[in-house]
Formats: sequence, C-alpha cells, structure tokens
Amino acid sequence: MAVDEQREHKWLGKSVKRKEDERFVRGRGNYLDDIKLPRMLHMSILRSPYAHARILSIDTSRAEALEGVVAVVTGELLAQHNLAWMPTLSGDTQAVLATDKVRMQGQEVACVVAESPYIAHDALELIEVDYEPLQAVTSPQQALEAGAPLIRDDKEGQEDNRVYHWESGDLEATDRAFAEADRVVSLETFYPRCHPAPLECCGCIADVDPATSRATIYMTSQAPHVIRTVFALVAGLPEHNIRIVSPDIGGGFGNKVPVYPGYVVATAASLLIGRPVKWIEDRTGNLISTGFARDFHMKGDLALTSEGKMLGLRVKMLSDQGYAYADAQPSKFKAGLFHLVTGSYDLPAAHIVTDGAYTNKAPGGVAYRCSFRITEASFLIERLVQSAAYEIGMDPVEFRRLNFIKADQFPYESATGFVYDSGDYERALDLALEQIGYAELREEQKRAREEGRLIGIGVASFTEAVGAGPSKDYDILGIKMFDSAELRLHPTGKAILKLGVKSQGQGHETTFAQIVSEELGIPPEDVHVVEGDTDNTPYGLGTYASRSTPTAGGATALIARTLREKAKRIAAHLLEASEEDLDWDGERFAVKGAPDRAKTIQEVIFAAYTDLPEGMDAGLEGVKYYDPPNLTFPFGTYAVVVEIDRGTGQWKPIRVVAVDDCGVRINPMIVEGQIMGGLTEGYAMAAMELITFDEDGNCIGSNFMDYLIPTAWETPHFELHETVTPSPHHPIGAKGVGESATVGSPAAFVNAVVDALAHVGVRNLEMPVTSDKVWEALNEAGLAQ
Amino acid sequence: MLGERGEDAKILSGGQSLIPLLKLRFASPAVVVDINRIAGLDTLAEEDGGLRIGALVRTKTCELSELLRDRYPILSQAAAQISDPIIRNLGTVCGSVAHADPQGDWGSALMAAGAEAVARGPGGERTLPLSDFFQGPFTTTLEPTEVVTEIRVPGPGERSGGAYLKLERRVGDFATAAVGVQVSFEAGKIARAGIGLTGVGATNLRATEAEQALVGAELDEEAIQGAAELAAQAADPQSDTRGSAEYKRHVVRVFTERALRASAGKANG
Repeated sequence: MAVDEQREHKWLGKSVKRKEDERFVRGRGNYLDDIKLPRMLHMSILRSPYAHARILSIDTSRAEALEGVVAVVTGELLAQHNLAWMPTLSGDTQAVLATDKVRMQGQEVACVVAESPYIAHDALELIEVDYEPLQAVTSPQQALEAGAPLIRDDKEGQEDNRVYHWESGDLEATDRAFAEADRVVSLETFYPRCHPAPLECCGCIADVDPATSRATIYMTSQAPHVIRTVFALVAGLPEHNIRIVSPDIGGGFGNKVPVYPGYVVATAASLLIGRPVKWIEDRTGNLISTGFARDFHMKGDLALTSEGKMLGLRVKMLSDQGYAYADAQPSKFKAGLFHLVTGSYDLPAAHIVTDGAYTNKAPGGVAYRCSFRITEASFLIERLVQSAAYEIGMDPVEFRRLNFIKADQFPYESATGFVYDSGDYERALDLALEQIGYAELREEQKRAREEGRLIGIGVASFTEAVGAGPSKDYDILGIKMFDSAELRLHPTGKAILKLGVKSQGQGHETTFAQIVSEELGIPPEDVHVVEGDTDNTPYGLGTYASRSTPTAGGATALIARTLREKAKRIAAHLLEASEEDLDWDGERFAVKGAPDRAKTIQEVIFAAYTDLPEGMDAGLEGVKYYDPPNLTFPFGTYAVVVEIDRGTGQWKPIRVVAVDDCGVRINPMIVEGQIMGGLTEGYAMAAMELITFDEDGNCIGSNFMDYLIPTAWETPHFELHETVTPSPHHPIGAKGVGESATVGSPAAFVNAVVDALAHVGVRNLEMPVTSDKVWEALNEAGLAQ
Repeated sequence: MLGERGEDAKILSGGQSLIPLLKLRFASPAVVVDINRIAGLDTLAEEDGGLRIGALVRTKTCELSELLRDRYPILSQAAAQISDPIIRNLGTVCGSVAHADPQGDWGSALMAAGAEAVARGPGGERTLPLSDFFQGPFTTTLEPTEVVTEIRVPGPGERSGGAYLKLERRVGDFATAAVGVQVSFEAGKIARAGIGLTGVGATNLRATEAEQALVGAELDEEAIQGAAELAAQAADPQSDTRGSAEYKRHVVRVFTERALRASAGKANG
C-alpha cells in the first residue's frame, strides 16, 4: 500500500477546474429548498424564549383552528410514540420536543405543520405555553458549584451537572518532569463559543409514502448513511425502507453532522399525516440551537530546562457542553482529540485533565472545522509556547525550533498516544520565515516602536490529526469509521464513482475523479462522481474532520487499482501476451519492448463487455471499504504581521503567510481554496466571531447583526506556500487538509497582536480580540493615544 | 393614506429599515405605500448655493457623487461607510433620517453639515432643522401624516473641510462610535463648526459646546484637543458588546481630533 512513486503523476497535482462549478455558477445547483414535492406541507418550529424553565402547559387549540394548519406537534404527542427524546452522537440524550422543561433558549417546544410556510409561521404565535422560569446556568464553573440548579433532572442517577471527567497521558512521568524543571510557564485562556454558520441553514423534506411504506428524507446532512442507521435505531423504521438523500449542500463545517429535532419531527409528522413535510430552518434557529463550536476554558503549564528545552506539559480543560453531551465526535475519548495538545513539540511527558459540564445552552461542541477538538488544543499549545518564549527571553521562533519533533523522529509516538505518520516541521517553519522576511520584520518592529508605532509578528506551527479513522479507535455508535468507494467502468470507457462521503463544497466531484484518472488513465471529465444518496452509494461515515481524502480517497485509489489488475488480465488476452510482459504507462497496457503493441484503457474496458478471456466474469466494477491504518498528520506554519492603532485599539493584519503540508496535493487549486477559507475563519474567530449569553441565558449572537462573520473587506490577503511530505501509509500519499487553517491560524493572529504588546508585558488577549480589549491593554500599559 | 390608516400604513422607499422590521415581525402594517415611482424625488444637486437631496436618493448615489466628494466630503465619506454595498444600493438618505435610528450615520453627518429636513403633509410643507429633529430612538418631530421629501444642506463656503470617521467591528455593522465634523473658515478662522456623533446616545447627537468653542478660533492643536474633549463629554454612550462606555467616549475624542486635524489644512488652502 506504499505510495506509488514509480511513475510521475499525470493527474494528481493538477488544478483541474471544478466540475461542479458549472451548475453552481449558473445558479442550477439543487439545494434542499429547491426541492418541491407534490402535496408537500411546511413545518415551523416554536422555540423557547427561556434558557431554563418548567413547562406547565401548552395550549395548541388556537393554532390548530387557524385555516391551513394541518397539525400541531408537541413533546407530549411524540412521547406517545417514544420519540420525545433521541440519542446524541456521544451517547447522551437530547429532547426532540420539550416535555418537562426547556433547557436552553431556542429549544424546540412545538411544531406547526401547515399548507404554506407563512401559515405555519403565523400559527406559532397562537400557541400558548405557560412557563415557570428557573435559574439559568450559564457557565461550566457555575454548573459545577455545589447547589447549582440541576439541569438534567430527567436522567436517572445524574445528581450534578458534570458530563465527564477524563484524563489522558502519564501523570507520574509528568509530575517528575515538573519536579525536575528549572522553570514553569503557564497560560490560562478561553476559546469562546462560536458557530459554523453555514450559508445554507439546516432543513429536510420527509416523505413517508403510505402506499409503499418507504421513507425518503431529503436532508442537509454531511453523513447520510449514519443518519439512516440512527433513524432505523431511533424511530424503529426498517432500514431498507429509509432513503436519505443529501442534495447539494451550502456549507457544513460540522454543523450538519448531528441529527436535529426538526428532522425527527418532520419525519414523524409525515408518517402520521401521510404527506411530505418540509422544514427549512431560519438563521436564528440555526445560530441558537444547532451544533456550536469550542467553549473550552483551558490552562496549560509547561516545564522547561534553563536552556528552554520542554520537559513536560500539564493541561486542565473545562468544557461547556450545553444541556446535552452531543459532540458529533467518533472517538472513544471524552474530549475528542484534544489530547493532541502536545502539538508539534517533542514533549517527553504530558498529562491532560478534562471536565465537561452541562449548562443551559445549545448542545453540539465539535462543529466548525475543528478536527474533533484539535482546534482548541492547537490554540492552547501555540499560545502557551509564545508566552513561554517571552518568559525565558527567547525568540518564539527559536524556542519552537529547539523543541520541534525532528524530521528523523517520524513515525513519532506522542506522550498522549498518537503516532504521527510523517512531518518536517522545521522546513515548513523556515519557508514561512523566509517568505515573510522574519529577521527584517523584527528590525522593523524595533524601529516602529521607537517611532511610536506598534507592529506584531505572530507565528503558529500546528500539527493536525485527521482522517478518522483506524476503526480500533474511532466509531459512531459502534459503526467503524471506514469509508467506501464503488467504481463502475462502462463499455465506452466512462466511469461512475460512488462514495460514502458527501461534499458540502469541498469539490469532491473533481478531486475524486482525478484519483480515478491517475490510477486508470480515464480523464476526469469521463468520471461521474455520485454521493449523498443512501440507495445509490456504498455505506460510508460522511464528510467532516478532513476525512474524505484520507478514507474515501484511499478507497477510490485501491478499487481503481483492483480494476486495473483485472483490466491487465483482459489486456493480456487481447494482446496475446502474458500479464508479466505488459507495462502500464498510465493510459495503456503495452507489451514490453514493443510499445506499438498496446491497448488503451478504453479498449480494454470495452473488451470487458465484448471480448473476455475464457472463464472470466464480464464487467469491470467493484467496491472497496477502506479502514486506514492510522490518521494522517498534516502540519504547517502560519505567520502573521499586524499593526495596532494606538488611538482606537483596532488591529489590522498586514501580511498573512501560510505554509501548509498536506502530503501529496490532488488538486492544488481546491486545496488552496480550502486553506483560504480556513484562514478566513481563523481570522474570524480571532477577530470577531462570538456567541455569548447574558446572565439569564439569553443568547447574544442570534443573527448576523450580532454574530459577526468577516466580509471580503476585512478578510486579509493570504500568501500561500507549501511543502510536501507524503503520508507513508495513504495509498496516494495524501493527508486531509479541510481544517488545517482553521485549526492553526487563530493562534497566529492572536500571537501577532500579543507580540505587538509583549514588550510591555502583555501575555494574553482573549478571543475575539476586539478593539476595545486591545485599547484596554494599551491603556493599562500607558500606550493608548 | 397615512392620515387614514395611521400606524397601519408605512412608507417604503429603500426598504432597508422597513423590510427587516417586517421580517422580524416587529411591524405588520396592512398598507405599504411605495413611493419609488414618484417622479422628481431623486434630485441630488446644488441649487441656490445649497445641496438638495431628494427622498429617493440612494446612499450609493451619494457615495459615487463627484459633487459630494469635492464639496461635501463629510457626506461622501459617511455614504461610503454606511453598512454594505447591497444596502447602500437601495437605502435612501431621507429614509435613514426619518427612521431616526440612533446608530444611523446619515443623521449625525447631516447634522454636522447643518442640514434641515423638508417635510410635507396634509397641512403643506415645512422645514425642520436636523439639530432638533431627533427626539429619541426612532422618534422625530415629524407628524404621523408627514413625509420627508428632501434634505437641504447649506453650501460649505469657499474654504471648508470635513470628515466622517466611523469605528465598526466589521463592514455592515452599526457604529461602535462615529464622528462627523464640518468646519468652514473665513480669514483663517473658523466661521462655522458642526460636530455630529453616532452610536453614543439615544439619538444622533450634536456636540454643541465643542462647536461653539471652535467658532472664531484658529484650528490649532490646542483648539482641536479642547473641542475633542468637549465632544467626548457630549457623548452619552452605553456599555454593550461593542465596548464599554469609557471606550466609546475615548473613540469620540480620538476621532474628533483626527477629523479636525484632517480639516485644518483647508483653512487657508
């Protein structure tokens, strides 16, 4: 399974134009709300205005009386069908519609099904709910205090608001490292709650046909196959009668992995009414109730020798999980892959203590391009490393270099149990420093300070772990995290490739076609890629956590190679030669030493249906389920230069240089698009994105006036560069890349702003680093103008 | 129509305030009176030494206007900083003024420029100076049956300078704080000064004491700092997610200084 390095790449590494863009730029995409079925009804959700309240009564009679209303669904009705609660992807439970209490603002309380979306919406105002407000729990610290209101009183044996306590690493070795340390540097920081905010909100059309008993559910889902299984398990529908179709999806970022109450109620309503039911979530519904991101309170301690060598790392993390533990994360680890917090550094010992707490907020937790909590881990270590460098009087870059895992240490086993596949961190760092002109910038920073200007240079050298996964560690509700590819070669040499993953904008229709092209010599325009329909694609776990190329990409290359083997046998028959005498040149099988005696792949495929060797089955197709032996570990260095306005505290990125190493790049243009998107989101989190709550648990950040995402105006210009260190175990040497920039870049931006103020002792500014926070720091340091 | 239907009728010009209110179900008028096809309301021109801005003049038109760029830079700069291009394409100057959002930029920029609103109702036409037009958040001296048909801005004189500086968290956001400054000079001294503040009070505010302190003075560093301090005192901001009251007041001071400094070069030029 080693990387095929014998031949020069013909189709890998080519920026083939995205096949899917033809329909998107013409406005001919097919998104959920574009789908209209005959006799379709519309559903709207009534949400709780309170963060924590007992439901005394719900009166739906006035809503039911409104002309055009077909049904009003409440938790009580669902409870009769045992559907008032559903399992989360982390094995907890979450309410579909509230029965006893509401536990967050925006929680689903009732649904109206009506002939038009307007009537459904109008009727919501006619539902009367009598609430008894209860004290809201709005922080994990408050949640874990003695006497805090018990949020999950529905759960037997749940006596406090603790969700989990989980430790990782070697406590004894870490204690020893700290005992031997000359110096300990600490940093406490908070990675605030933010939201993936995909352009398209969530939605579904449930069509349970009473005549056939088949449930066809069109759904904005990143993981349609898993959803089908969950529906079979939860609703008790026979799995062969459930068909989940994910049409074109307008962004997911992890937000569209979980099962949301709207999907379940629409399906139940369609089952009960016998007509298709459409639910389209509005922006506020999306921002306040669906999978959020982050909300980790973190503290890191670094044990160092007097020379600056890292001896050990201690981390404590407290997570705000919302009212349900609903992280859509597939590992057996309680805090996802947060224990990758040792990052790019050769840390002999590490110990991590994590606690999760229930609060009166939306559940979710891992969404937003975060690689199952590596975003938080990477942020903490990259911020901590910079602080430590200042404290010991070293340049942050030299401190990183001193402590990097070296190129010859791979495969490298980390103190918390990961085996990093490959890397060359110093090469990526050096390229970033060279491109940004680091040495000159440090000089310029000095001169600027003398002139009264504040310039900061921030660096982050991240390591990612993506591509879940090896099934020994990763599963969703027991389902192993393999992925699949089914390849059919048709008589005229054209291919259909069906995958278990599902693009939400990542360009799968092009990238995966290129893998087939590379392996079989069929040009990408002759490969049609199908995803997102459970009736018509092999079982897979979906697209999130940068896993599609590491898993389904591997499956695609391997099934193509299997078909090539059969094609070779057919070619031998056609050329009247033995298989051993044939060479594959990327497009043709030719007889060794007689290159004129050759058959193109298209000729061979035609023969698979017309002229087969004796005893061989016709056709050329197959399915591969690929369980990768390990995660892949992309890495890189981001370097950012900022200048601060001393009058207002505003800061502005002047340059952003990104060096990414994601192994072999299949389509460099698509990879760069992923990186630019991720850098934009990284900047967004560093600068403005925030969902916060007042003391009553009211969500602030429930629309795009309060929840700020950057426009083209603020988004910095990005300078992209690359190094290539192939993954040794992936069939084409590729690593995942979808989340690298979101994971790695927030720390680079924050590090840059802090660096501008480091000379006056500033060590931390909390995200989002808004101008008022910077002004306060300037003011304290006497630098404000 | 407004007289007959009262609160049940709303005027639609650019729709950038009304449509969000409808979408959020904060307003549900039975009648929307679309004035977009009334001829003659889109004048943006100088007449009798002053500027006329008709009820259908879009913010985008002001942003692109060479007349405003050359003669009324405060208005040109304000226009370019209002919300985002899509909203500027539709939103109107008069609609923004009549809506009277304390976070609106047009009110304070126009107030600094000494503008007045022309209102027309069943009783005829009257002129309302903007300096006492804003009564509270979304409240003006306009009668329920009156419509703003035009804004008039006095000519800036031969030597004048102006600027509109806005701090926003992101393009499209309302101002954390913004300051509009307009000064006219005669014989090297300040003949008229206007300072309008955005986002730091229950209405667009006019920093009257700061204006008065400037009139008759030379625009030197002492005058600038003194006026900036008075403008900061005139601000009455609230702490919120955009920043503390103290921070916003500070930004008013810094922006007043910067806007005045930018205008100082025009005294003799």
